[in-house]
Amino acid sequence: MDESAANPSTLDEPHSLLDLEVVKQGPHSLLRYVFFLFVIRPLMLIIVGMNVRHGARLPTSGPALVIANHNSHLDALALVALFGMNRLHLVRPVAAADYFLSSTWFAWFSIRILGILPIDREMRSRHRHPLDPITDALSAGQIVLLFPEGTRGEPEKREPFQQGIAHLAKRHPEIPITPVFLHGLGKSLPRGEALLVPFFCDVFIGESLKWTGQRSTFMEHLCSTYDALEEEARVPEFN
Amino acid sequence: MNGWFEHLTTEVRTVLVGIFIALAIASLVSITLVKCKPDRDWSELRARIRTWWVIAGLVAGSLLLTPEAAIWFFAFVSFLALKEYFSLIPTRRADRRVLFWAYLSIPVQYLWVSQRWYGMFIVFIPVYLFLLLPARMIIIGETKGFLRAIGTVQWGLMGTVFFLSHAAFLLAIEVSPQPRVVPAWPHELAAAYPGPGLLLLLLVLTQSNDVAQFLWGKSLGKRKIAPLVSPGKTWVGFIGGMATTISLAAILGPRLTMLDLPRSLFAGLVIAVSGLFGDLNISALKRDLGVKDAGSTLPGHGGVLDRVDSLIFTAPVFFHLVWYCYG
Repeated sequence: MDESAANPSTLDEPHSLLDLEVVKQGPHSLLRYVFFLFVIRPLMLIIVGMNVRHGARLPTSGPALVIANHNSHLDALALVALFGMNRLHLVRPVAAADYFLSSTWFAWFSIRILGILPIDREMRSRHRHPLDPITDALSAGQIVLLFPEGTRGEPEKREPFQQGIAHLAKRHPEIPITPVFLHGLGKSLPRGEALLVPFFCDVFIGESLKWTGQRSTFMEHLCSTYDALEEEARVPEFN
Repeated sequence: MNGWFEHLTTEVRTVLVGIFIALAIASLVSITLVKCKPDRDWSELRARIRTWWVIAGLVAGSLLLTPEAAIWFFAFVSFLALKEYFSLIPTRRADRRVLFWAYLSIPVQYLWVSQRWYGMFIVFIPVYLFLLLPARMIIIGETKGFLRAIGTVQWGLMGTVFFLSHAAFLLAIEVSPQPRVVPAWPHELAAAYPGPGLLLLLLVLTQSNDVAQFLWGKSLGKRKIAPLVSPGKTWVGFIGGMATTISLAAILGPRLTMLDLPRSLFAGLVIAVSGLFGDLNISALKRDLGVKDAGSTLPGHGGVLDRVDSLIFTAPVFFHLVWYCYG
């Protein structure tokens, strides 16, 4: 979810952070369920509050990709909460291994409790590709959440999407990609702040799209979908 | 009278049951409309009535539990209303900590209510928060847009927290040993627990005034009161609503509370007038910000602010009428 903590030393190491034991274990279904039911859902639905539009456009089952613009650590929690408790076991937010697996305890919490799907953005080898974990999760029928901006950036400012999403769409031309526009969480908990100040969060879900066969048209299609979703939202001044 | 719900008089319970009967009738009517005229879209009306069930259930449920529970229910309503307000208005990133203090004032303000500490309740937000929030903002040091930022925060806090907490303080009212007006208790139990009856009277009169003004205006209204703020508010609606509210006050006031008939009639009058302006107050805010609804928390109604708009004005006015006469 964040590239600020990228550690260049991992480049030289033969082993990736993804080889950690905890990554192989994956999420702890019971602890994760309890944590989302009693902590994350009350936090996101009552303390923060979500104003969801077109909720029926969310995929009801996997494999599916859900993408969103990225403003805050709360984004992933909001998206997971959106799917409700019944689909929780299917939902995996993609997150950067260099940030979320940086310490043992944090790695345990991120994987076992939050259920992140870590990817190693620095990994370059003949046998493995950074997007492989996502492919594996999709093959297992999961709903993968992804932030194509790659970074939270300035609060409530949309950054251009990285090409990674086009790679992914090309790899899985048959899988529906549901775009979600988020607004407000960058005010509640922007990058670099530890104090949560509640603001209602707008969650606008777009019609799902698929790989168009060409990178340029796909990225254009994606951008225009987001412009349309952003148009629906009324965004008060915040600077 | 045994232990269960002994803080609620027979009249209070009767009115609570009456509310649910009225809702049941509304539900039946709306279901009939859906059956008879399926070509029209009734989903908005259905959602509105369903949300009413939830609101009535929460108010009645918290009142049945204890007066304390109802006080904290209002604290939660204040939180939702303030959050909705902060989400609607332009804010400065530098002020996140100021807004955090504004949120923190909610549990503190309602703590004064539950402690029945009138002196602190009445000065905490208009005096101490009025000083504390700019002080916090000055420490942050952002002067660009200072007046607008502090002005909008204070305005929202007064309405959504201070004024709404007056409704909760009705539950904490104790009649003074030498009141200006001799309380006309319907019976002894009402004297032991005057709060629930007063709160219920305020809520029923405020909400029925909204509905009555709407229905009178819809059926007969022509001349608009404030066409630039809200085209739906007409003189006929206002006068008809006021007559309805005063009549209802005459029936309910002397039975639910210590208010005698003249004070009940007067309460109906001030609630009708302040309710209209409370409604228009939030309408003006929404028009200024260019939104139709203040939020989407209450399906069929819009946001919490759309529902408590009248109450923000009626609660302090009704409270001070009661406080002046009996406090």
